[in-house]
Amino acid sequence: MASARLKELWRRSVADLSVKFAGGISSPNPFWLASGPPTNCGEQIMRAFDAGWGGAIWKTIGEPILNVSSRYSAVDWNGQRIMGLNNIELISDRPIATNLREISEVKKRYPRHAVIASLMVESRREAWHAITRQAEDAGADGLELNFGCPHGMSERGMGSAVGQVPDYACMVTEWVKEVARTPVIVKLTPNITDIRMAARAAKRGGADAVSAINTINSITGIDLDTLVPRPNVDGLSSHGGYCGPAVKPIALHMVQQIAADPESQLPISGIGGVAGWREAAEFILLGCGTVQVCTAAMHQGFRIVEDMADGLSNWMDQKGFRTIEDFRGASVPRVRDWKDLNLNYKIVAAIDPAKCIGCELCYVACWDGAHQCIHVERDGVPAHPPPALVEAAAQARITQSPVSKPDQAAVPYGRTPLARIPQVDEAECVGCNLCSLVCPVDGCIRMKRVDQGVPAETWVQRSSKVLPV
Amino acid sequence: MALAESISIESRFQDLHPALSAQAAVVEANRCLNCFDAPCMTACPTHIDVPGFIKKIARDNLRGSALRILDANVLGLSCSRVCPVDVLCEGSCVMHGRGERPIAIGLLQRHAMQQFYASGAQVPWKPAVERTQRVACIGAGPASLACAAALRREGFAVTIFEKRSVAGGLNSHGVAEYKLQVSDSLREVEFIRSLGAVIQTGKSVGDDISLQQLEQEFDAIFLGIGLGESHALNLSGENVPRIIDAMRYIEAYKMRAPLPTGARVVVIGGGNTAIDAACAAKLLGAEEVTIAYRRGEEEMPAFAFEIQHAREQGVGFLFQAAPVALQSGAVEFQRMRLTDPDASGRRQSEPAPGTEFTVPCDAVIPAIGQSKLTGLLQQVANIKLNHGAVVIDSSSGRTSNPKYFAGGDCVSGGREVVDAVADGKRAAQGIVEALGG
Repeated sequence: MASARLKELWRRSVADLSVKFAGGISSPNPFWLASGPPTNCGEQIMRAFDAGWGGAIWKTIGEPILNVSSRYSAVDWNGQRIMGLNNIELISDRPIATNLREISEVKKRYPRHAVIASLMVESRREAWHAITRQAEDAGADGLELNFGCPHGMSERGMGSAVGQVPDYACMVTEWVKEVARTPVIVKLTPNITDIRMAARAAKRGGADAVSAINTINSITGIDLDTLVPRPNVDGLSSHGGYCGPAVKPIALHMVQQIAADPESQLPISGIGGVAGWREAAEFILLGCGTVQVCTAAMHQGFRIVEDMADGLSNWMDQKGFRTIEDFRGASVPRVRDWKDLNLNYKIVAAIDPAKCIGCELCYVACWDGAHQCIHVERDGVPAHPPPALVEAAAQARITQSPVSKPDQAAVPYGRTPLARIPQVDEAECVGCNLCSLVCPVDGCIRMKRVDQGVPAETWVQRSSKVLPV
Repeated sequence: MALAESISIESRFQDLHPALSAQAAVVEANRCLNCFDAPCMTACPTHIDVPGFIKKIARDNLRGSALRILDANVLGLSCSRVCPVDVLCEGSCVMHGRGERPIAIGLLQRHAMQQFYASGAQVPWKPAVERTQRVACIGAGPASLACAAALRREGFAVTIFEKRSVAGGLNSHGVAEYKLQVSDSLREVEFIRSLGAVIQTGKSVGDDISLQQLEQEFDAIFLGIGLGESHALNLSGENVPRIIDAMRYIEAYKMRAPLPTGARVVVIGGGNTAIDAACAAKLLGAEEVTIAYRRGEEEMPAFAFEIQHAREQGVGFLFQAAPVALQSGAVEFQRMRLTDPDASGRRQSEPAPGTEFTVPCDAVIPAIGQSKLTGLLQQVANIKLNHGAVVIDSSSGRTSNPKYFAGGDCVSGGREVVDAVADGKRAAQGIVEALGG
């Protein structure tokens, strides 16, 4: 059903979502399930393909491990579940032979979908050669080397223990490339000072692509009754890997760094906080050829891919993009060093009184958190008193609520008193955006451009006038 | 018709609005924008820090939330139940401007306060010093309770005298049970007792203890005596339907001794008490309940949401009709005409002769207001009254007799519980200043 509906959508749309990644991996769309709990077995992956996913990275295959319970913990925010998810689960706990057999089955049934084998074995050339051959013989379309797992496996010299040492990562990549016939993707850990060093190492080792980011080392929180951090394993916890919506900005930053680095030029499969078509578009705009999703599927199930495909297609239609390649990387050159930004670009905040609801969050934000240029005083309008005066006035009189029908009073709901509508002192406004970010009403605070009457000038240009280099 | 004994008052008068679950409270609390100098805080007569207590709910600090409420309003639980929030805090919520329903401030306050009482209602305050001065509060209604609590926080010795056997005033005796249960009112009474206030029930000032004695024993006296008897209908007839005063009717069922009405009930009046009495009659088993009011619906003093609630309960309305006589098993009404709006914008009613008609009924419940309680007040030397209401200095709550302070319905003639709390608070400040606080 779901798949039939998706096909219908794709027919209706002009956009072509199909991709060819890292020179050899074809996929009906750029939405892949990342290596993790949703790709633990063939049955899950086939259901995911039925739901519309274009590819899947098998949960990392290696010598079977033992897991603990519990394994996950989350950060909720403002009453919403799972702003971020943390896990201390290890790689696959199923025998290598079982995983390989299921890979074969899936590939037989879904020949047009991408099945990538994620691999992690001990750091011996023979071990990597063996697992590489086995995965490819099983029919995997490509390999992803797990150099990123930040917990458990790293203590045994695998996962991020490899990814955090560029030479080590380069060496293991070389071993795999010695025997691999399919594209090799190196999955990078973000738990490193400069992710470009790891990406360059992968390229030196001959990798065909990188995927980024793996999870970020984290402690999500502490149970304030027991004082045990989460997740609780018999009274103890451990550093886990953090993912989900909260990590997207960090992932985008790292992806852009790789995409813009001349020495890291490789196809990128973007990972980190992708939950819908908008995030997918963002990763692709920063250079990714595919995106990988895990947390969102764990939270809402495989069905989320329907709107990822539908939303991305609609957006591409509106923007006139026919293929993923039409916009891939388009935003990479739009990220520059600070020194290259135009110092003479000036915007100021403008509050629309017709939309203002009088919450005064912009006012307090500007005064306490920005540049003290939003005011509530107005000529000819009696100011509404600040809290201290309200309190004082309350103490100076007996307050009584009205007895007639104030619920049908003269001032209709939604008409904000003028005294509660703040104004911007444009001369003092530095155009920081804060008020427009805190304003709870769409379109109420607009940042408008002020023509400075001077040409663009960067910090480099300006400082070179003062101090010629 | 007799009340079926098998069905308890509790099951007949179930909560008008369900409480929020803990999780729903957090979701709702997160909707709050946390306005700066929030309009809801200004709209509340006791100036509760509404965004402050709501954000504490959002951040899982329920005790802090309740204490923040109690700081401003010691009857935070009952006010969360009986406040006309639509016209106060929630009516001023900026969410209206965004085209959304306002934050459920009343329900959130109830959530915090219920948690506070469920977890033992530990006394959060200790006065810095215990003073020797003594203050008497006459009447144990919201005004006196609020006054007593504020004075206890300042360390004064406070004794409340209540002529009824149950303290709490209208919160215990007069508020519809589906809005506020007696048990919740009494939890608040106990909380104020736990602050160190002495509450003597069954002690009528003027009968059991004289004003002179109070004046000798106490340094200041707060009058929170509320209103007196209900206005009577002053209609005559023979073999007439039972006549039950609305306040007595409500008090009786709240004290678990409901008065029988028969199957057909006519409530006379247009205020919130008429609504409460009519809904109670319906819930207690009367089959046909009609509210008769001499003006139109527009002119009814009852809040619009109360009128709506009565309709949902199946109460009928008879507008522009005034009772003129009682007959055997019926009330005779006369049609009323409405005049053009007067200077205040309100339309008055005048009788239309020759339009008499009868409405059969077994009981008539007049709810046409309460008289001022002047008996006790006339014993107070030099106290100034205005149409029976105590005249006070609005900044201190002080009466024309410097030893006496006053607040609540005996001053206002009948307002909301939250107004009485505000009155009591202010009067306590006046007393503190007068006694050299």
